[in-house]
Amino acid sequence: MKIAVCLKQVPTRDWQPRLDEAKSWIREQDATFEMNEPDAYALEEGLRLKEKHGGEVVVCSLGPSRVAQVLREALARGADRAIHVQLEAAGAASAGNTDAFVVAAALAEAMKSEQFDLVLTGLQSDDQGFGQTGVILAEKLGLPHATIVMDVQVAPPNVRVKRELEGGWFQWVGMPLPAVLTIQSGINQLRYATLKGIMAAKKKEIKAVTPAALAAPKAMIAALYAPEKNKEDAADRRRPRGGRQRARAPASRGSTRYMSHRSSRGHEVHTKATNCFLYSRELVSFVAARAFVRKPF
Amino acid sequence: MILVVAEQRGGTLNRATWESIAAAQQLAQPTSVVVLGSGISSIAAEIASAQIQDVVTIDAAALEPYTPDGFAAALAQAIEQLQPTLVVLPHTYQTRDFAPKLAARLERALVTDVTAIKTGAEPGDVKFVRPMFQGKLTADVVPQGPTPHFITTQVGSFRADAAARGPSPAPVRALNVTVDAASIRQKPEAPFQEARQSVDLSQAERIVSVGRGIKEQDKLPIAQQLAEALHAELAASRPICDAGWLPMERQVGSSGQTVAPKLYLALGISGAIQHLVGMKGSQTIAAINKDPDAPIFEVADYGIVGDLFEIVPAMIDALKQS
Repeated sequence: MKIAVCLKQVPTRDWQPRLDEAKSWIREQDATFEMNEPDAYALEEGLRLKEKHGGEVVVCSLGPSRVAQVLREALARGADRAIHVQLEAAGAASAGNTDAFVVAAALAEAMKSEQFDLVLTGLQSDDQGFGQTGVILAEKLGLPHATIVMDVQVAPPNVRVKRELEGGWFQWVGMPLPAVLTIQSGINQLRYATLKGIMAAKKKEIKAVTPAALAAPKAMIAALYAPEKNKEDAADRRRPRGGRQRARAPASRGSTRYMSHRSSRGHEVHTKATNCFLYSRELVSFVAARAFVRKPF
Repeated sequence: MILVVAEQRGGTLNRATWESIAAAQQLAQPTSVVVLGSGISSIAAEIASAQIQDVVTIDAAALEPYTPDGFAAALAQAIEQLQPTLVVLPHTYQTRDFAPKLAARLERALVTDVTAIKTGAEPGDVKFVRPMFQGKLTADVVPQGPTPHFITTQVGSFRADAAARGPSPAPVRALNVTVDAASIRQKPEAPFQEARQSVDLSQAERIVSVGRGIKEQDKLPIAQQLAEALHAELAASRPICDAGWLPMERQVGSSGQTVAPKLYLALGISGAIQHLVGMKGSQTIAAINKDPDAPIFEVADYGIVGDLFEIVPAMIDALKQS
């Protein structure tokens, strides 16, 4: 079985966001990148299906030259070869200009001639998070799809998948191969690359593909900013830091205050929470008291 | 005009539909709501109470049960007939399954997971606000290209009870749409729940919930001890259950359980939107996280920025003394 897995490279989880000058995308030069987590689960599922049914796993990614890193990592984990759809060559200014439509169209063009039996993607990306690429790709390739998949049973000419619904419900759905599946995180346990895998990956092919022309993005980011805090917050932020402060009595939710100060143990406390406490004995006893004495909590 | 796509399953309207109607009403344009499925007249009547132009129905046997092929085919025809400029859908798992296909088929923009709508003075100056980068940043997104544009409204972001009701029921009319059952490739089986859940977090008075910040499975006992000291249930965000550190039945969030305890204590949970939707109805939310910008603090009543491995043992001590 010929399996494609689409991977996206996204900023690492501990990355602190910084914006570019236009404030419509991030400063990519400050970011460190890794494989999008749901895509890592899709890769693992692809590798497991190959181990069970034979065939090959081809990883595909659209992006600038830095995405070769996640492709190489996928090869080290056991993928057989890679297709890198090069963003710079296509003339896109930044990854911020590539929404799900652009990515899916370019990937579809690069993948079409391969005639894959199964195409896997993560259900969404940890950067823009539109959650559309896999489904648009299916439409562009003319294939049936299923999303938010938690189990895959291949029995050619069909595939049967367990879809996650909301609130703890699931559903099995069958469809003919070839098909596109978007994989939910947690479907399997991820493997790590072995030293042998890393060595073997160096000999594997990463095919560079230049898209004829990128589609125009359909979702334009007009502005990117930190989640808004209210004005009162900003005023409080400028207030000189005093010593230890005790927050006022709990107010109802919504009357948001913002406090910022450093605790005796060096923990900086500044949150938009309605009531902020230092990490202190007072806080601990407060929670304890509220939990046991006052009713209702 | 604006077209809102209602969501129903088994004759029950998904409440998130009202949230999408409320979002559409913010734009003050003639609005229709489309209901699709089989045997949907009572749902249509329920929606007709909204202050809208009309309810349109697509009643076809091939639309029951739901399939992305069937829904995309039916809605593509409905949109062709009605010519809306904006299509609004609730951001549910079902919408996520078919809306990108529909938008791709029509080659139209789709902005998912919208939390707010910003309108400017100029007509047509509309920006859709949505989280990006796991909620670390917020984006104003403007759909490009010809209409209709598609948006999906994040569940819980618009108030269902804010949806205006009309003085008299809106008219209901059936659309002439045909869905060819043979063209539907997916063969869905009946939905089911995994073996009855032994943990019903929705009934818990207090919940101690663990996120990525716990770092390793070996550290879980400190959360467990805090839960015991508080007589609380132990729960977790998705990554912890994905890793197999706690069973899936203890997962809080859009893919797990929705909880509303009196106390929700979040340890090392950054607060991705998928988690927040499952717990923001809690009476009191306390959060401990080392990142002061963690989105969890947006919903927290009490926030502690610090190392949970220092704070939690101190809390356990204090609780034991009290």
